[in-house]
Amino acid sequence: MLPVLLALAILLGGVAGAAVLTWWERRLLGFWQDRYGPNRLGPFGIGQVLADMIKLLTKDDWVPPFADKVVFIFAPTAIVVAMMMGFAVVPFAPGVMIIDVNIGLLFFLGMTSLAVYSVLLGGLASNNKYALLGGLRSAAQMVSYEVFMGLSLMGVVMMSDSFSLVDIVEAQTNVWFCFSQALGLLVFVIAGIAESHRLPFDLPEAEHELTAGFHTEYGGMKFAMFMLGEYLGLMLISCMIVTLFFGGWLGPAYIGHWLPPIAWFGLKVFFVINFFVLLRAAIPRPRYDQLMSLGWKVMLPITLVNLVITGAVLLWMEGGI
Amino acid sequence: MLSELRTMWEIFKHSFTKADTVQYPEEMPYLAPRYRGRIVLTRDPDGEERCVACNLCAAVCPVDCIALQKDTREDGTWYPEFFRINFSRCIMCGMCEEACPTYAIQLTPDFEMCEYDRQNMVYEKENLLINGVGKYPEYNFYRVSGMQTAFKDKGEGPNEARPIDTKSLLP
Repeated sequence: MLPVLLALAILLGGVAGAAVLTWWERRLLGFWQDRYGPNRLGPFGIGQVLADMIKLLTKDDWVPPFADKVVFIFAPTAIVVAMMMGFAVVPFAPGVMIIDVNIGLLFFLGMTSLAVYSVLLGGLASNNKYALLGGLRSAAQMVSYEVFMGLSLMGVVMMSDSFSLVDIVEAQTNVWFCFSQALGLLVFVIAGIAESHRLPFDLPEAEHELTAGFHTEYGGMKFAMFMLGEYLGLMLISCMIVTLFFGGWLGPAYIGHWLPPIAWFGLKVFFVINFFVLLRAAIPRPRYDQLMSLGWKVMLPITLVNLVITGAVLLWMEGGI
Repeated sequence: MLSELRTMWEIFKHSFTKADTVQYPEEMPYLAPRYRGRIVLTRDPDGEERCVACNLCAAVCPVDCIALQKDTREDGTWYPEFFRINFSRCIMCGMCEEACPTYAIQLTPDFEMCEYDRQNMVYEKENLLINGVGKYPEYNFYRVSGMQTAFKDKGEGPNEARPIDTKSLLP
């Protein structure tokens, strides 16, 4: 019974969190751009979330006549479902997780990769040139970052000797992996931004060039589900960065016991999300050939070097060399 | 890579700067005295309408939002029978004010003209006329124009000379 309740809580929490995040991101972007952002409705403008919801829910649920109807409707649900499934393996605190599978990391990678299909299919089914270009870019982006995204985590797996996320967190009791796996962290953050289609790597959307990219033809709740998926992805990637590199629910060693584990987790995720928003405020979008060459020529070699060094050090410490 | 980090730092420093936004309905923005806003028709120091219905403002208006009709008073002066400005078209360019020979039409620092019904944006003469002289308090067109009216003959105004009898100028 408890896991079901927990799953329900995480589901609702995820949706509510994504909704609040839209407001929080706009406030924060405004803050960094010397303006206020939405601040009129309710305390600090948080009522904006409600207003947006009402607006999106009451909009006409329209499918363009030239679109591929089944795929068009399926695409936005896929991203939400895939991202939600990803939350199943996130260890929020000891005991506060839906399931601790021994391939949790692989499950997470698989689910985020599935979410890319949503963007691809949405772009393809819209039957619109901008949407198609967005889907095309999404495909190009996928082949260039999926490789080093998986490989960048292998250093973590080697050091903790497990694919289970709980084991990975517990392996960081003394030193967080953000120090020993700094290169892996760098690569994973960049891959994570690309995975969740956030600025600066929101090439499939690219509102300055492609009107709205893959969701040009979407409106109302279908559009809202794409947005929900994007923000869920942002939260999921942040949770993963915290779990894999910043010690998950663990506070800093020796001094971090004055807060409960769930609070440490939430605090760290909050900081990572804010960092992502800062990235959005600060960095311009590259061209997609630039993203691909960055992926293949810089990120992949860095990952491989990281793997070699990690392997060598681990072998040396075990007396293998 | 280094430039990206520097950009992020520069943006982060904006956490400690004040927002430039003016919170409009609570806090009014500063409007310069010559701000181009709602158009008014002014009166001369005697309290009469300054507008002489010359139609220059309507001719110069780039969006054709001004309409008026000339009429003549019993004392020989001209005035607009109706004067209509469609503010839903007006772009507040101020060219009517530049064209006006009598300083009648003037733009004021007021921009709050919201209506739910578009028809309410059409202002008639009684909506446009103000009981004041506007930006040029001394000016009174018919007193200085050298035109013959019921209250003044040609050449009787300040800075005016009597008309020259061209016949007597003959050698």
